[in-house]
Amino acid sequence: MILFDKVSKRYPGGQEALSMVSFRLEAGEMAFLTGHSGAGKSSLLKLITLIERASAGQIVVNGHNLTRLGRREIPRLRRNIGIIFQDYRLLHDRTVFDNVALPLIVTGLQRRDVARRVRAALDMVGLLNKEKRYPVTLSGGEQQRVGIARAVVHKPPLLLADEPTGNLDPELSREIMTLFELFNQVGVSVLIASHDLELIGSLPYRVLTLEQGRLIHDGGMVGR
Amino acid sequence: MSAAKAPSGRPQGAGATRKGVRRGLKGYLERHLQVLIHALGRLSRNPLSTLMTTAVIGIALALPAGLYLVVDHVRDLGGQWRETTRISLFLKQGLADEEARRLAERLAGEAEVEGTEYVSPAQALEEFREFSGFGEVLDALDGNPLPGLITVQPASSLPPEAIQSLLERLRALPEVDIAQLDMEWVRRLHSLVDLVQRGILVIAILLALAVLLIVGNTLRLDIESRREEIVITKLIGATDGFIRRPFLYTGFWYGLGGALVALLLVNLSLVLLQGPVQRLAGLYGSDFRLGFTSPGMVILLLAAGVMLGLAGALLAVGRHLRDIEPE
Ligand SMILES: Nc1ncnc2c1ncn2[C@@H]1O[C@H](COP(=O)(O)OP(=O)(O)O)[C@@H](O)[C@H]1O
Ligand SMILES: [Mg+2]
Repeated sequence: MILFDKVSKRYPGGQEALSMVSFRLEAGEMAFLTGHSGAGKSSLLKLITLIERASAGQIVVNGHNLTRLGRREIPRLRRNIGIIFQDYRLLHDRTVFDNVALPLIVTGLQRRDVARRVRAALDMVGLLNKEKRYPVTLSGGEQQRVGIARAVVHKPPLLLADEPTGNLDPELSREIMTLFELFNQVGVSVLIASHDLELIGSLPYRVLTLEQGRLIHDGGMVGR
Repeated sequence: MSAAKAPSGRPQGAGATRKGVRRGLKGYLERHLQVLIHALGRLSRNPLSTLMTTAVIGIALALPAGLYLVVDHVRDLGGQWRETTRISLFLKQGLADEEARRLAERLAGEAEVEGTEYVSPAQALEEFREFSGFGEVLDALDGNPLPGLITVQPASSLPPEAIQSLLERLRALPEVDIAQLDMEWVRRLHSLVDLVQRGILVIAILLALAVLLIVGNTLRLDIESRREEIVITKLIGATDGFIRRPFLYTGFWYGLGGALVALLLVNLSLVLLQGPVQRLAGLYGSDFRLGFTSPGMVILLLAAGVMLGLAGALLAVGRHLRDIEPE
């Protein structure tokens, strides 16, 4: 699903955010990406969605070779990825329903099909009764669940999350993780960046650890 | 446009393909209509700023349209007064009365001529005697020095150039000594009108540019205020076309609204001017009146408004949307 081969990223005028990172995430696999703040977790996720381009190395995502992917092909890549953000990034002038519908609207899906699938996604995150609300009227945990519903509504084969529980208390964080496990169980590949070692350690998934841009640990446990 | 594609993975039998295509097209149009209406809805949620922008565009469009109408009317007026222009043919000395009368009749029968009037040398002398008070002087002269005169009234539909060529033709007649046209002022009016019309064209171009910039700038601000929304939509996999669309339709509405305001302003001014103009025309014994904007003018204004709105939007969208990328 994701293949990194000796990938480096250097921001203009900065030092290397990632150096020679290589790993492979299989289809249907779930993994955590961890490391201290500034280790390069966000940068790695941005390379996968082509928010940033790698300075060196090869990246293949869902069959797309990102080095060769032109600007106009980026939307097609992103439609196959569900992205979840630490600060949710919802549209505040639209209802919960309209926020979740957005990925379907951009693909031009017909209106009735949109409604059906939006409700299915909201049902999965337990917010079916809040579809007419505006994001600001929801709690942080609820907003993040709207963000997750939006990320999965178009059934992407890959989910990426950057510190999805960073603004949530431990209990809510657990709930969110349970949701990710649920999607993974139906075959979605999941990569979650998080520095919450406690939470990660309590779950039986592969952990990739970054330190100053280098991948220093890749295995079933948190490197300590 | 990839947004028009049917979503992949939807089961579709071979027999249903035609139906699927038709449904796809219908969906495509439906989506565009939806965005069009949505853009209008957005505009109506900010009534004050929408009205102001539309009014400014309206004024910019109304100015050249109104000037053009006034000048067009003045040109018509010149046409009306052309009836008073006559060609005077002073006939050669010694031409028989009978021959001159026949010439006058023949000319009156021509298509380019409305009518003719013959004044014989004797009549001319009589009139001169009556009006000048130089009777004694004339008596002292040996014979009648005045030539016969045919006044030719050109057909009222004749444009100035045709009148000019009619004059040349009449001047070349063997019976005619001197041919004179009393229409210099009409020609001057026409060249003045041409000049003013060219000036209006320049004004129109400048104001069209202004409309372009107004729409462009309004949309630039709109894009700026929706930056986060654009970024998120891009992250979700929207194409440039998808993101561009609502802004283009907003430009469309601005242009259309501006054109409607312009039509309103122009016709309102025409109504207000109607009374004074009719009074003035009455003083000159004319039944001249201002009409409303013609259907052609209406279509032209609407088309110009919409084109300028869309062009302004394209300008803004092309310049600014590309710069907004997720980071
Ligand atoms: N847009 C950017 N321009 C320059 N430097 C950046 C940019 N984004 C991140 N960095 C730098 O790259 C390094 C890795 O950052 P990041 O990927 O955000 O780490 P993490 O998400 O693990 O905290 C940091 O040193 C950070 O300062
Ligand atoms: Mg980060």
